[in-house]
Amino acid sequence: MNENLTPPPNKMTVRNLNFYYGKAQALKGINLDIPERHVTAFIGPSGCGKSTLLRTFNRMFELYPEQRAEGEILLDGENLLKSKHNVALIRARIGMVFQKPTPFPMSIFDNIAFGVKLFEKLSRVDLEERVEWALRKGALWDEVKDKLEQSGASLSGGQQQRLCIARGVAIKPEVLLLDEPCSALDPISTARIEELIAELKRDYTVIIVTHNMQQAARCSDYTAYMYLGELMEVGQTEQIFLKPSRQETEDYITGRFG
Amino acid sequence: MDALRSSPSAVARVLDARQAHFNRRNRLNYFAIVLSMIAMFFGMFWLLWILWETVSQGVAGLSIAMLTENTPPPNEPIGVGGLGNTILGSAMMVALATFIGAPIGILSGIYLAEYDPRGKIAGIVRFVNDLLLSAPSIIIGLFVYEIMVVTLKEFSGWAGAVALSLIVIPIVIRTTENMLALIPSSLREAAYALGTPKWKVITRITLTAARAGVLTGILLAIARIAGETAPLLFTALNNQFWKTGLSGPTPNLPVTILQFAMSPYENWQQIAWCGVFLITFAVLALNILARFLTRGVQASN
Repeated sequence: MNENLTPPPNKMTVRNLNFYYGKAQALKGINLDIPERHVTAFIGPSGCGKSTLLRTFNRMFELYPEQRAEGEILLDGENLLKSKHNVALIRARIGMVFQKPTPFPMSIFDNIAFGVKLFEKLSRVDLEERVEWALRKGALWDEVKDKLEQSGASLSGGQQQRLCIARGVAIKPEVLLLDEPCSALDPISTARIEELIAELKRDYTVIIVTHNMQQAARCSDYTAYMYLGELMEVGQTEQIFLKPSRQETEDYITGRFG
Repeated sequence: MDALRSSPSAVARVLDARQAHFNRRNRLNYFAIVLSMIAMFFGMFWLLWILWETVSQGVAGLSIAMLTENTPPPNEPIGVGGLGNTILGSAMMVALATFIGAPIGILSGIYLAEYDPRGKIAGIVRFVNDLLLSAPSIIIGLFVYEIMVVTLKEFSGWAGAVALSLIVIPIVIRTTENMLALIPSSLREAAYALGTPKWKVITRITLTAARAGVLTGILLAIARIAGETAPLLFTALNNQFWKTGLSGPTPNLPVTILQFAMSPYENWQQIAWCGVFLITFAVLALNILARFLTRGVQASN
């Protein structure tokens, strides 16, 4: 974790981000750097804005007309919040996995192929190859290779969540947003997803929102602590957990509140 | 301190009071169950009686000829003729009405659930739809009589199908909207998160996830119009001949049942009972099928 003295290059940068649900301000002047090919965890008590922040990165909030973001979110130096960027193309570069597994109402194969076909025209053979590749990336291939035509809903919760991760990976994004991906899963499935996250950071920039501080400590390289819509502290995970510079962070991490 | 410590007799008093309270609740519960059972049997009694009459009077005349032959003239011996022409006419009108009404209903339901759930237009559409849903069907018949039968100067199966489709539309709108609203927003968000365009999210994800429910709505609408008489009185009228088109007065089951049941002729009355039997069980079958489909939906959620 402290292998490098020079910090890794930043994949994403947030500058002066304010976010509103109607008139209520949910994020206040967020400034944050997300290092490339590392795992960054957002922690903080419920309602602190960590999921809200994550959902600005792929402009998910735009589905709801009363929600609005101000400021800059840079991906490789380009501001994503400028409307000239096609939101579909942004989402192809920034994948997202949700709290509850969300398999589409179709076969396991089509669950993966669906997103691929939105952006690429592949031959049947290439498509099959891509599906296998994605399912291997999602650590699911061995469990489903003989039943690709079965419905995605027939899988267990943990398998469904890995299917959703594979579905996100299949369109070859650069960043993966994970919004409490393990909160609906049992401990064994959670461990599998955490192993998978460690694998994925070799190729992708991963950002994970989690309620579980042990999880943040186990699988992230950087941790950002948020409270009441503000970013309180961000740094290397080890430093945040062992010697946080703010009292509030320490109180939260040691379980004194939250 | 002694006052606070409960003696064995004090404990017994509390338990007795509790037991008495529990007994009272039990008696009340028993009373309520008996009342609701009586209410249920009262309702079921009439329903089963109707069903019993339908079966006992209808089964007697049932035969292949009943399904294939034309409606007979009055005063023929019992067993001559059938309902073939009216079954075909009804089937054609119901099919056309579904073909017109279901797509309009589904598209409107999609608009209400996916495009403008809280908008002004949606509010108006919902209100009008509720009115249409509860409008007496004879008014729909009169309306189509005015705009089609009067202007074209002809009763026709086309007008009948249009009238029936006006009954299909609000039912399908309502069920489609409700079924789409049941789809969790997380599924919708997951589809958008992949960069899926809206029309594709709707056709491939939400509508597919809701398809059993939407199909159920269509089946219930078919079950409803299969027995509708009033809208056809002013539009399709009736006809006693074999007819494979929809122009001109068109034979149909509900109006035939009405005419034959009201007639003094014994052979017609027998045929009316058969018609009642056929419609009742067709509707029953559609409802069971719909029930079966929705059970699938609940299981998959």
